[in-house]
Amino acid sequence: MRTRKIVSIIILLIIAGGFMITFSQIPFGKDKINVANYYISRGIEETGAVNIVTSVVLNYRGFDTLGEVTVLFIAAIGLGAVLFVEKRVQKHTSDNKEDKAKRASLILRTGSNLLFPLILLFGAYIFIHGHLTPGGGFQGGAVVASGFLLIYLAFPKQSINKKSSSVAESLGGLIFIGIGLLGLIFSGYFLSNFLPKGIPNTLFSAGIIPIIYIAVGFKVGFDLTGIIDDLLGRSK
Amino acid sequence: MNLIYNWMYYISSGGLILIGMYIVLVKTNLIKIIIGLHFIDTGINILLICIGYVKGRTAPIFSTSGINPTNVVDPVPQALVLTAIVIGVAVLALALSIAIKVYEHNKTLNVSKIKRLKW
Repeated sequence: MRTRKIVSIIILLIIAGGFMITFSQIPFGKDKINVANYYISRGIEETGAVNIVTSVVLNYRGFDTLGEVTVLFIAAIGLGAVLFVEKRVQKHTSDNKEDKAKRASLILRTGSNLLFPLILLFGAYIFIHGHLTPGGGFQGGAVVASGFLLIYLAFPKQSINKKSSSVAESLGGLIFIGIGLLGLIFSGYFLSNFLPKGIPNTLFSAGIIPIIYIAVGFKVGFDLTGIIDDLLGRSK
Repeated sequence: MNLIYNWMYYISSGGLILIGMYIVLVKTNLIKIIIGLHFIDTGINILLICIGYVKGRTAPIFSTSGINPTNVVDPVPQALVLTAIVIGVAVLALALSIAIKVYEHNKTLNVSKIKRLKW
């Protein structure tokens, strides 16, 4: 145990030295923008999205984002496969004491009833306005999943309808790929922005970006909700 | 003061990465190892964001007037980190599910007590 600690500290000191040598060459706060100059100066007219991060994520690097959504999906599937149970163990013990002990407190139940629709609304706002404000499908989806987590904590016996949640999730992925294929048909390459760009800084602008972000929001939200469901379903 | 300002973010992100590596190398509890992995993840995200930062500039969102291409920071690391955070959460959940399975099979989370899995 002690030798392991000493060896690890020596290794970490070597790595820290490497860090220091590397980052002394990269000054903090200096202008080192090279590649992104193109995105910053041409982004609005080429994509119609005022949020340059969004236009990089979904327009210039849309294919990478498709890959990353796939990684998230595979992680969710892997988690479901690892925690696979034949049938959710549902004990019908009509023991009132146990029931009362399992119920969450009144504050949590009332608060989550009140907050759940607002959290969903906030998440939807974040992923619909992804091309105008800081935010987007990933963040909005995470907010939606946090709302479902609140419901899971407040009402331990409730669970989402697995079937409809997986339908919504697959629909999100299919819309992403479908829009990519439509771009292939209409303007010759995958995920091209074939819809009219509109006036920048309005809700109906930036072509396919808001549609894809809504799809990504649904997909990420229900992926994470499925992860929460799988993890909580096993707790005894 | 200026020295601290210039190095604070690099030191904090590098510190998070090193703390995470130390946890992964030394601790024997599986849950702590997973927390250490997430420390490394967070440290790398902060590192990428602060490499893209340019002093005195603002976020690359042109939704308000007065923001022009000469006073925004680098959007590419932010786009990277945006997706990396969600992927990090998914990987964390996957690792925790494997930890649950390991606990079910071995009735312990101590990796030095699990047979055929020694450092």
